[in-house]
Amino acid sequence: MTPGSPSPRREGTPAGGSGPAALIADPFRPSPWPRVAAVALVAYVIYASAQMEISWERVVIGLENAARFFGRLFPPNFSRWDLLVKGLLESLEIAVLASTLGILLALPIGLAAARNLMPAWVSWPARFIIVTARSFHPVIVAILFVKAVGFGALAGILALTVASIGFIGKLFTEAIEEISLKQVEAVRATGASFASVLAFGVLPQVFSRFIGFCTYQLDSNLRNSTMVGIVGAGGIGGTLFAAFQRFDYDFVCAILIAIISLIMIGEILATGVRAIFIDGATFGDLLRRRRHVATGRAPVLEDD
Amino acid sequence: MAATAPVPAGVGERIWQRFSPAQRLTRFAVYLVIVAAIVASIRTVEVIPEFLADAPEQVVDLVTRMWPPDWGHYPETVHAALMETLHIASLGTLLALLLALPVGILAAHNLVPSTPVNLAAKLILVSSRSVNSLVWALLFVGIFGPGALAGTLAIAFRSIGFVGKLFGEALEEAQQGPIEALAAAGAPWTSRMTFGYWPQVKPAFWSIALFRWDINVRESAVLGIVGAGGIGMALDSALNLFQWDRVAVILLAIFAVVIIAEVVVTQLRRRII
Repeated sequence: MTPGSPSPRREGTPAGGSGPAALIADPFRPSPWPRVAAVALVAYVIYASAQMEISWERVVIGLENAARFFGRLFPPNFSRWDLLVKGLLESLEIAVLASTLGILLALPIGLAAARNLMPAWVSWPARFIIVTARSFHPVIVAILFVKAVGFGALAGILALTVASIGFIGKLFTEAIEEISLKQVEAVRATGASFASVLAFGVLPQVFSRFIGFCTYQLDSNLRNSTMVGIVGAGGIGGTLFAAFQRFDYDFVCAILIAIISLIMIGEILATGVRAIFIDGATFGDLLRRRRHVATGRAPVLEDD
Repeated sequence: MAATAPVPAGVGERIWQRFSPAQRLTRFAVYLVIVAAIVASIRTVEVIPEFLADAPEQVVDLVTRMWPPDWGHYPETVHAALMETLHIASLGTLLALLLALPVGILAAHNLVPSTPVNLAAKLILVSSRSVNSLVWALLFVGIFGPGALAGTLAIAFRSIGFVGKLFGEALEEAQQGPIEALAAAGAPWTSRMTFGYWPQVKPAFWSIALFRWDINVRESAVLGIVGAGGIGMALDSALNLFQWDRVAVILLAIFAVVIIAEVVVTQLRRRII
């Protein structure tokens, strides 16, 4: 807004002459900060693109390549399906075992990290473990485990276990910190032991959210178990990367289709498990698609 | 006391149960499947015992090779690669926001009351989410060649699904009152968007954007392993040459950046929301 166009509101203000005129002069004056931020953003985009040598010509050249690339992706080649099935099964095994181990380990660690139940000297080390486990991508953790335990599925299992500890541990801690302490106090007042306080005061309050995290983590582990193979940690990822490096693009396409369908099936199953445990659905309900009480949504926190 | 009072006939026969038999059967079946899956996985997974027995020795070897980290390597190559990673994450997030806004609007039923369009938009979002960012990176490396451009596009395409889904849900949860008022006053579509919906979804939008940026910083650090630029490429070359002291520097740099990004995002979220 320019100073030459005074707002009509300015005439009607009951300022009374003595009040701070500047404050009530124009209550609808836009703040200058969004514009400054927009200019800074554009400047950053130009600077960063120049730094990374991204230019329009490269995009155009790439788009010409894209047609050829997609032409070679299709039709997908399923002739080596035995290799494909073997890789997918190994990915599944990695996901199942990593989720099991991760959940079992995340339970005590997440509990120890809850500040409303544990003293600081217990919660801080536990929080440190969770933060460290979360800060590295599973593929990077997998690199270290490949060195430690050699190539193969075990490295993938351990890497995804670490990722699961980070994710479930964090969410479990948050869930416990949000519980109502009245019930805990009531159970404690009966003279219950610490284990009973946990079993009857704490766990019932967080159980449904816990099921949500676990199914979500199983889903996430399934996605990542198809990727850790890129660094040699077992599963279909190794086959995918090898096919890609040999420019065997039609096989790459077949593998991608298989991975995506596996992930989608996993997602459907996870939704079903959430409906069963959180909404009390039965198989009959699921088949009749009566999931109207679908509170079993995945936690909004999505971490790939 | 109730225990001493005579109980009328028929009262004690009713047994209260938390779950119906069908629910219990369903739950039991799920437990059974889970246990069966775990047992089957343990029995079939290929673990080479020699490698496992060797593990403690290898870990000690790893630590001695990593320590002390080769700090001199940081200013030479790691710093530039780290900055490139941050650029990939930021540019990728910006591009994703730009692309996800229209798709998110198309997916919101109260804005575009056409079920086929909603479903088509949701299909775009689902396919973006079900392809891992490493796979997107592989595809874009195949198209644009190795480098940061492929990484930026991979981050952007992976993020569209996330941002679009959450943004569409925020739009669908918007209060209809202000929008009806604007429509009654004869406001065009653009005004309804900017004055009716945008103020309502603004906090959600910025919180989604910041959250995705945080995830993208983490993800962009690995894209280099498949050749899509950033610190992952430095990591990959150090790994291939078994320069573990350099690997240690790179891992510490990633760790520091990820922690800083998380702190920044937490602080900004507190300001915005």
